[in-house]
Amino acid sequence: MLGLKSTIEVFSRLRNTFKHGVHPPEHKDETNGLAIRQFYFAPVITLPTSQNLGKPSKIIVREGQEVVRGQLLAQADGMMSVPLHAPVTGVVLKIANVPTISGKMTSGIFLESLTASGQEVIEGTPISLESSPEEILQGIQNAGIVGLGGAAFPTHVKLKIPEGKHCQTLLINGVECEPFLTTDHRVMLEQPEDIFMGVRYVMKATGAQKAILGIEANKQDAADFLKSRIPDDLPLEVRVVPVKYPQGAEKMLITSVLGVEVPSGGLPIDVNVVVINVATTAEIGRLLPHGRGIQERVITITGPGVKKKGNYLIPIGTPLRYILEEVGVEGTIKEVYMGGPMMGVAVSNLDISVTKGTSGVVVFSEKQVSTDQPEYPCIKCAACVDACPLSLNPSKLGILAKNEAYDLMANEYHLMDCFECGSCSYVCPSHIPLVQYFRISKSIVRKRAAKKQLTNA
Amino acid sequence: MLNKTLHISTSPHLTKGLTTTQIMQNVVYALLPAVGYAVYAFGLDAFLLISSTTMAAVLTEHMLCKWSHKDSTVGDWSAVITGLLLGMTLPPSFPLWMAFLGGVIAIALGKYVFGGLGNNSFNPALVGRAVLQAAFPVAITTWSTSFIPHRFTELSSSVLALPFMKPTYDAVSGATPLSAFKFDGVVADSLDLAMGMESGSAGETNALLILLGGIYLASRKMLNWRIPVAVIGTVYVFSATLHLINPEVYPSGSFMVFSGGLMLGAVFMATDMVASPLTSLGVVIYGILIGSLIVVIRIWGGLPEGVMYAILLANAVSPHIDKFTQNRVYGT
Repeated sequence: MLGLKSTIEVFSRLRNTFKHGVHPPEHKDETNGLAIRQFYFAPVITLPTSQNLGKPSKIIVREGQEVVRGQLLAQADGMMSVPLHAPVTGVVLKIANVPTISGKMTSGIFLESLTASGQEVIEGTPISLESSPEEILQGIQNAGIVGLGGAAFPTHVKLKIPEGKHCQTLLINGVECEPFLTTDHRVMLEQPEDIFMGVRYVMKATGAQKAILGIEANKQDAADFLKSRIPDDLPLEVRVVPVKYPQGAEKMLITSVLGVEVPSGGLPIDVNVVVINVATTAEIGRLLPHGRGIQERVITITGPGVKKKGNYLIPIGTPLRYILEEVGVEGTIKEVYMGGPMMGVAVSNLDISVTKGTSGVVVFSEKQVSTDQPEYPCIKCAACVDACPLSLNPSKLGILAKNEAYDLMANEYHLMDCFECGSCSYVCPSHIPLVQYFRISKSIVRKRAAKKQLTNA
Repeated sequence: MLNKTLHISTSPHLTKGLTTTQIMQNVVYALLPAVGYAVYAFGLDAFLLISSTTMAAVLTEHMLCKWSHKDSTVGDWSAVITGLLLGMTLPPSFPLWMAFLGGVIAIALGKYVFGGLGNNSFNPALVGRAVLQAAFPVAITTWSTSFIPHRFTELSSSVLALPFMKPTYDAVSGATPLSAFKFDGVVADSLDLAMGMESGSAGETNALLILLGGIYLASRKMLNWRIPVAVIGTVYVFSATLHLINPEVYPSGSFMVFSGGLMLGAVFMATDMVASPLTSLGVVIYGILIGSLIVVIRIWGGLPEGVMYAILLANAVSPHIDKFTQNRVYGT
C-alpha cells in the first residue's frame, strides 16, 4: 500500500518544487550580464577573526610584520573554526578590535596593502584527488573555506559525514534565489572547470555516488552551458528548478530536486544528502590543487543606489566605504544590506568590511527606500500561511510571540524549524515584523533550554 | 555622499506592497455596485439607511479610540465596511435611529470590546444586526416593496420614526420571497431573484452585482474564493437534493441560492478574514458548515432566513476548525 509519506513524495516529484513560497521582484538583469572583474586593493584592509559560524581564528602574526598575499594570518581554533589568510601583500598595521556587521567589535587585523608589490599568491601543499577523504576535509579547513552562500558555516564540518550515516547524493546549490544577487550565476558561467574539480573533491570527501546541480530557471544559460561542459567521467546532472523564493534554501532544494522532505529538526544527511553552494564548490576546486587559502570572493555590488553595478572579485576585508567610493553612489544612500534584501543584514556603519560570507552588497538611495510602514493588527488574511515554505502558521506564531508564549510556539507550532527566509513578513499586508518576532523567540527558547541543561547538570 | 546616517531595519527589506488599508478599501469598492443598486431599488430610504449605519460605525470607532486615548483607527477603512454591510442587511424602510444604534453596537460590541480590528470573534456587522433583531423584531421583519414610484422624492414614514416610538408603516408591506415561501408556500422566480427584482433587505436583493464584487476581490486575492464557493455549493447541493426527494415541500436549489441574504452573506460576510479559518481545508469546512446551517434554519427552523445565525455560529467555531486543520508542517 502506498503510505502517506510516499504519496507526498510522488506529488512533490510531479510538482518539481516545494510548497508555497513567494515571488519577489528579481532585479537580476541589472548585473547578470556583467562578467566578474577583479576589484582594487583598498589601502587598508580590516579582517575580523570571526568570519565564520563557530569559533574565531587565532592570530599568529604581530604588528609591523610583513605578510605575503595568501600567507596564514590566523589559524583555526579547533574543529568549528577555519584559518584566515592574507588577502593582500602588505604590513600588519595593528591588531585591534574591528567593527562587524552585528554591531559588536571583535578582534581583528588591520592590514596596509603594499600597492607596489606584484601581489603574487603563495602556494601551500597541494591536495590531489588521490588524497583520502580525511585529507581533503583537512585541506578544505586549511584553505579557510566556509559556506559562501551567506551562512559562512565551516565547509569541512558540513561535509563531514557523521558516524552511522552515509551520503548518497551530493546536491550542488546554484539556485541563488535572493533578489539582486548574481554571483553564483557568474561563477557558473565563468568557472565551469573549478566547479567540476570542486565536485570531484567533494564527492570524494563525502563518498557520494552522484551529484546534482540545482539551478533556478532564470539562469537557463548557465544550466545549458554547464550541461554542455560536464566531463564524461563525472556523474553530475544539471537540474533546472522553478523560480520561487526560497528555492535556494537547503531543505526546499532537496524537496524540489529529490522529492523528499528533511525531517523536522533534522539535517540533509538524514535523507542521505549533502548540500553545498556552487561558489563554495568552485572555490574548493580552485584552491585545493594549489594548497592555497581563500583570500577573495565574488560579490555582487548592486541596488538602485549604485552607479557602477557589477560582480566583482573583492579581497576579503575590503571596507564597504572603499567599495562604495570606487563604484560610486547615486545621491544620498539610505540603506545598505550585506547579502540579498530578503535575508541580508542592514549595515549601520560603512567602516565594516566584507567577509567570507558576503555574497552581495545592495544599496538603496533615499528615493527608493521603503519608508517605515505603520504596523496594523493581524487580520488573519492567511497570506503568510500560504507563503511559508515549511507550512508553518506565522499568523498564529506572531500572535503567540506577542503574548510571549515562547514554549508553546516551540512545542506546538514548530517555531524552531523556521529558517527566517522572510516570506511571511514579505507578504504581510499589516507589516507585522514576523521574522523578527521569530528570531527573538527562537533565541529565548534556546537560552531557556541552555539554562535548563545547566540546572540539570 | 557616504557620511549620512544609514537606516537600519531587520530583514526582509522588501515588502509585497499590499497593505491592510488597501484590502479594506477594495472591499468597499466591491460593495459599491450593490449599494448603488439598493439606492436605485429602494430610493432615499436605502440611501439614508446605509448612510446612517456607516456614519454610526465610523463615528463610534473614532470616539471609542479617542476615549481610550489611542490613535483613531478609522483610517484603516474597516469600520466603513461594517457600516455598509450592516445597512445592506436591514429592511429598506427600517427606522434610522434603530439603524444608527445598530451601527454603534456593531462596532462597540462586535469589534471594540474584543480589541479592535483583527481581534473580533464574530463579524461585527452581524453582531449589530443580531442585537437589532432581538430588540426590534417587528421593524426588522417589515419590508417595503421595491421600485415604488416616489422612492426618490418621498421617504417611507417609518424611516423618520422618533427614538423609542413605535414606527408607523405606510402601506401593506411586501413579504420577502423567503417569508412568502415559508409562510405561504409561494416560490419566487430565480431569475427575478438574481436580478434584484424582488423585495428584501436593502443591499441583498441583487445577487449578480454582489457576485461581481466578489469576483473582483477574489481576482485580486483579497477574498478567499473557497468560502463563497463552499457556502453556495453546499446550499445548492443540499436543497437540490431535498427538492429531488419532494418538490412539493422543498424549493429548488436556485431559489435557495438567489433568495434572501445568501449571496451577500456568502461573498462579503462569511469571508470576513478575521472571523474565518486560516487554512484552505479549514475554510472549506467552515463554508460547508455555513451552507448546511442556512438550509437547516430556512427549511426546518422557525425563521424564514438563516444566513446571519449560520455565519455567527460558524464564526464561533472557526478557531476550533483552525486548530484541527493546521497544515502538515514540512518534515513532520
